[in-house]
Formats: sequence, C-alpha cells, structure tokens
Amino acid sequence: MEQLIQQVASGLANGAIYACLALALVMIFVSTDHINFAQGELAMFSAFLVWQMLEWGASFWIALPAVALCSFLIGVGIERIILRPLHNAPILSVVVVFIGLLAIFHSLAGAIWGYTIKEFPSPFPNISFVGSGYIGPHQIGMIAVTLLLLVFLFAFFRFTPLGLAMRAAAQNPVSARLAGVRVDWMLALGWGLAAAIGAVAGTLVAPAVYLEPNMMASILLYGFAGALVGGISSPGGAVAGGFIVGVLENLVAYLGNLLEKTSGIYIIGNGEKLTVALIIVITVLTLKPSGLFGHVTVKRV
Amino acid sequence: MAALLEVEGLKAFYGQTQALHGVSFSLQAGGITTLLGANGAGKTTTLRAICNMVRTQGAIRLDGQPIGGMATEEVVRKGVGHVPEGRGTFTNLSVEENLRVAALTRRDRQAVGRDLDMVFEYFPILKERVHQQAGTLSGGEQQMLAISRALMLSPRLMLLDEPSFGLAPLIVREIFRIMRRINEEAKVSMLLVEQNAALALELADHAYVLETGRVVMSGKASDVKNDEAIRKSYLGY
Repeated sequence: MEQLIQQVASGLANGAIYACLALALVMIFVSTDHINFAQGELAMFSAFLVWQMLEWGASFWIALPAVALCSFLIGVGIERIILRPLHNAPILSVVVVFIGLLAIFHSLAGAIWGYTIKEFPSPFPNISFVGSGYIGPHQIGMIAVTLLLLVFLFAFFRFTPLGLAMRAAAQNPVSARLAGVRVDWMLALGWGLAAAIGAVAGTLVAPAVYLEPNMMASILLYGFAGALVGGISSPGGAVAGGFIVGVLENLVAYLGNLLEKTSGIYIIGNGEKLTVALIIVITVLTLKPSGLFGHVTVKRV
Repeated sequence: MAALLEVEGLKAFYGQTQALHGVSFSLQAGGITTLLGANGAGKTTTLRAICNMVRTQGAIRLDGQPIGGMATEEVVRKGVGHVPEGRGTFTNLSVEENLRVAALTRRDRQAVGRDLDMVFEYFPILKERVHQQAGTLSGGEQQMLAISRALMLSPRLMLLDEPSFGLAPLIVREIFRIMRRINEEAKVSMLLVEQNAALALELADHAYVLETGRVVMSGKASDVKNDEAIRKSYLGY
C-alpha cells in the first residue's frame, strides 16, 4: 500500500511535467491547427536561458519571467518570420520546418552550453511537511504551477477579449477576418503563448531530470501522449491527460513488479512502462478519437 | 448624392480562372442596391472582391478612398460588414460570443451595449438563445446571427450574400422586413446579392444585373421589376 501511494504520487509529479508540455502543444494546436514537434526543444532552450541568468547571479523569480517574455518573443518571431510564408503550404512542409526547428534549437543549445549534464536548482524551498515522504516539495510546486497555468489560460480564453479573438480566429479564420480580427497576429500570439508556457515547463522539468540538450526527448513523447489522451483541442483535457499518462506509467510498472514478486512471472516492469503507456494511448484514441475530454463540434446544417 | 461605394473595372481570379471581367457599378449612401444574375454570374465573387477575399484587379473606393488590395480585416474595420455565403457562424462559440467578436475592434463600449440591445430588439429569438452554442441554432436563426454580427461592427455598408438561401419563405419574409428596418433606422447602406430576384427587387432601390462576370444592365429596382424582357432573359421569372 505504502508503495502504491508512493508510485501514484510520483506519477502525479511526472504527470505535471507532461501536462505542462501538453498545455503548450494544445496552445499551438488550438490557435494554428498544427502539432509543434519542436516544442520540447524550445522548452529546453528556455530552461538553458534561465540557467544562464541564474549563473549570472539573477534571482530565480526575475530569471523566469524574463525568459518567459523572451521565449514569447522567440515564439512570435518564429511564426512571423518562418511560418508566415508557409500559410498556404501543404502540411508536410510545415512538419519539415518543425523538425528543422527541433534540430536547430537542439544543436544551438549544445553549441552554446555544451552537452555535459548540469544541475538545475529547484525554485521551491526544501521543507518537510506531512506526506513529504511520498512527494517532494519540488513535485508539489510543479503540480501547483501547472494547475495555476491551466486556470490562467482558462480565464484568458474565457473572459478576455483577446482570448475570444484567438478562439474565433482558430475556429473560423475567414469569419474572424470578416469580424475585423487580425487573424495573422492571433496565430503569432498563439505561438508566443505556447513558447512562454514551454519556458515554464522546461524550467520546472530541469531540476527533476537535470539540464542537458537531450532532456526533453522522451518528455515530449509523453506530453504528446497526454495531450492526445485528454483531447488535443482542450487545455483542461491536456492537463488531465498529462496526469493520467504520468500515473499510468508508474502503475503499470508497479503492478508488473508486484506480479513478478508474488507469482514469479515477469510480464512487464520498468523497462516496458513507456510501451504500455503508449498502448493505452492508442487504445483510448481508437475508442474515442477526440480524446477523453476533447469536444466534438455540434453542427446543424 | 455622393457614392458610398464605387467599383471600376473590377476583375477577379480564382487561380488561373477569371471570374469577373471588368465589373463597374456604384452604390449611393443610404440605399439598398441589389446584384442579380444567374448561377456563376459573379455575384458572390463581386462581394468577395470588395473585401479582398479573392485575387482582384481594378479600383474599389469606399467614400472616395481606395480600399482595393487592403487586407480583409482592414476593409472590415473601415465599416464594411460582410454577411458571407453560408453565414460563417462560429459554431463552437455562444451566440453572445459570436456577437462580441465583431465588436472587439470598437472602443466605444456604451455604443456596443446599445447595439447589442438593438440587435436583440430586431431578433428577439437571439436573446433567448444568447448562451447557446451557435452551431445548435436553426438555419434561420444562424442567418439572423450573421446579420447581427455584421451589425455589431457598426458598419456603414453591409454586404449580404444570399440571406434567403435554404430558408423557409416565412422566415425569409421576416428577415427581409428587418433588413429594411436596419437600413432605415440604423442608416446602414446595403449591397444585396440574391438568387431570388423578385424578393430582392421588392426590397432594393437600385439593381444591377450580372452575366458571366459583366454588368449587362442596371436601373431603378422598380423599372427592372416592371420590364418583362429583362425579367425573362436574365432573371428567369
């Protein structure tokens, strides 16, 4: 039992990482209809920027907002300069650009900061509290920040004029233009917001997995899985999906180990948890293609 | 009277295909002008060309200022409310959000509130459905929403693309009656494209008849209506 709780708790902690990245993926998807494969590398790059500022002596709570803003501008820049000419291009061209961006940011980070693993300090105070045997302060902080981001995004889309304009632009660009919305800027804004969320995600992940150019490789896959399970069109769903994938992979390994201990039969263990998690993702998508919480558009003609 | 909209030698292209071959017309402020013609005559394309939604050549002036080549959203911001073919509803947004999107560019909040009340007075059914997802509205209600959305831009000129399309005659009557009121009370000039020529000629003051991308005749709506030769050869009734 003790171990089960531990596994669920650490699953939630991992889930927060996936959820954060899934949010960034959803952000770009809802505003541009694209899946950004470079999202993980962008987040990694932002984490390096934060690390660099910390090295220069900045406090964490100055470094993170500064880098989030900087990432926002990088995101807007990528959309305006690189993707703008591709607005009418086939989807494959866009995918190639994303893969190119992935490679560029990966090697750029390696060239500037090197490939040696760096320690990244947690921004949260290392205190002990009830239940800290199961879950550390950084993990709690990560979950809290992810949920805060979700609330912020929900409020932004639901209650602000800009959020409304972005939803309109994503849903029906032609009609949005006819309502006077500057659709091109809304796309750029979506990229900027996604990059800023990615910066937060990268900075939260770095203390847990250490900082290096490859840190996001598997996390992006999980984040992607979380976004798909929850519903790529729904920020709330993406966060839930991230947590589900995080808990699921740990439970699978836990049950596998339990089975081996009690009956001596080895079916699954730590090595297979990614495989099993992905099988579950595929199952969910086969049964419910829009994801668990994705909404199917109601349409009457 | 000064022309609100002047179009001169307008050509439009879909890829390699030319759809308009030099259309010229003008529209007086305050009135309702209708563009008539058979399928494929270029009526919808003319409206789309005014808002720069297709590749165009030629001069388009709004209040004497050239608007040709200006981005769609900038033309809209100059006071052109386009009610598109197929209504262009934001199906996932609520009725209220559909209306608010169009008012986002306006800074006069009080006037926006007044316009919202005005819209609900014209179309009370929209007030009843204000929090409903717009995709669940009936065809007639979506057409009302589309007109209302254009109205929320506080436009000088409204471009209406087949507002009667696919609707029951009773609903069409209702919508046309309200369009007349909007024209008179809210002082919105209108350019109306219709398949249903009889209906359009009843509402409009002035008419242009298009055939294969050219204006083939124009005149007062009442004259066109009473000219049997024109009706038979171009309007099919």
